[in-house]
Amino acid sequence: MAVTILVPGALRGEIDGRSQVDVDAHGTLAEILGELDARWPRLARRIHDERGEIRRYVNVYVDGEDVRRLDGLATPVGVNAEVQILPSVAGG
Amino acid sequence: MGTLLMIGTNKGLFLARSDDGRATWSIDPVHYPMNGVYAVALDTRSSPPRLHASLTSSHFGPTVVTSDDLGTTWNEPEAAPVAFPSDTGEALRRVWAITPGPAAQPGVVYAGAEPSALFRSEDNGASYAMVRSLWDHPHRELWGEGFGGQAIHTVLPRPDDPAALLVAMSTGGVYRSADAGSSWSPFNTGIKAYFLPDPWPEQGQCVHKVTRDAADPDRLYAQNHHGVYRSDDGGATWTSIADGLPTDFGFAIVAHPHRGGVVYSYPIEADGMRFPPDKRCAVYRSTDAGASWEALSDGLPGTPYFGAVLRDALCTDDAEVAGVYFGTRNGDVYASPDEGDTWRLVASHLPDVLCVRAAEV
Repeated sequence: MAVTILVPGALRGEIDGRSQVDVDAHGTLAEILGELDARWPRLARRIHDERGEIRRYVNVYVDGEDVRRLDGLATPVGVNAEVQILPSVAGG
Repeated sequence: MGTLLMIGTNKGLFLARSDDGRATWSIDPVHYPMNGVYAVALDTRSSPPRLHASLTSSHFGPTVVTSDDLGTTWNEPEAAPVAFPSDTGEALRRVWAITPGPAAQPGVVYAGAEPSALFRSEDNGASYAMVRSLWDHPHRELWGEGFGGQAIHTVLPRPDDPAALLVAMSTGGVYRSADAGSSWSPFNTGIKAYFLPDPWPEQGQCVHKVTRDAADPDRLYAQNHHGVYRSDDGGATWTSIADGLPTDFGFAIVAHPHRGGVVYSYPIEADGMRFPPDKRCAVYRSTDAGASWEALSDGLPGTPYFGAVLRDALCTDDAEVAGVYFGTRNGDVYASPDEGDTWRLVASHLPDVLCVRAAEV
């Protein structure tokens, strides 16, 4: 039982080129990101800043739902859930 | 011996190298594309020299990376090298300045950050700690934000006194410590803040860049948000040196690496008209500490030219006959192998240039 993290192309260099990683954690999104902090800190800090806040132009989906429309970092992430990280349509 | 020219742009880092006396340049493919490179430094105190670069991704945030082989391979620590302590409630937006410490302090590197904070490394830039005394300064809540953000963009260690340190920020102005960063005081007397009801405040000036004279460490030059100044007393008082320039606005100012009294500027017409004066691309040089200035444009493009130069996009190298370099917001980079007398195009059509640095390697 694991949560699958889908990682966008721009960040795959931080996980040896893989497109996804599994973490043995569940609970809230904050707990999932905490697991990323411990195992892949360079990947994690591209998703959230040192306050723990998800970066403005990074979108996180839990089972296809944007966590900003759910409970943000408190969004529940169940066993076998899928967390997808996607850069937003921003940039110059 | 060759020369390495580091060009930080809004969309990546370009490394140019010359092995023929700065006559021709070869340029690497872009490093870290789509990252804004606001600061770059080559620390020649160590062997091999360590290259530092500040990266900001619009999506994935800021970081700092290093290279010990002049950009062939890069290193980024597992732990965030520059990060605000949790009790500040702040997050790093970008690193604006990376400055190696004085020769007497090998391993010490400073980082100027946005929001305005100073960070200090004692391990050659692998990790930095925030300088708490400056963060706790009672003026901090008064420091403002310009269009570029609120940042410490200038860090000047004093070569003859490791305990002396000067920083400059926009807005806020110049602050100095004489006790290795334990305490800080504003040093803005004589610098005008025309945009405030009291134009001569203790702090609040929008100082764009400060540089230290090569021969006299008490002599400083400052480019302000309108106003070009010199201090002969380590920043205690400032007097205008703008009379010989076509305008007193600009961002960049840099002292010659060896010759006292020699300083370079790239004037911009005005706050509300950010083009070179008369749309003429020219670097200005003073050889008498700002008493007079001469335009240097031999080899530079003719009028009209619209490229402005940002605060860190004018530099010298460290050669005996100094090279001078600048990059513009329209992506042109020029080099002078003869202290500014003549200029050659190094690169054009790059993304807008944020910073340049050069050194013999």
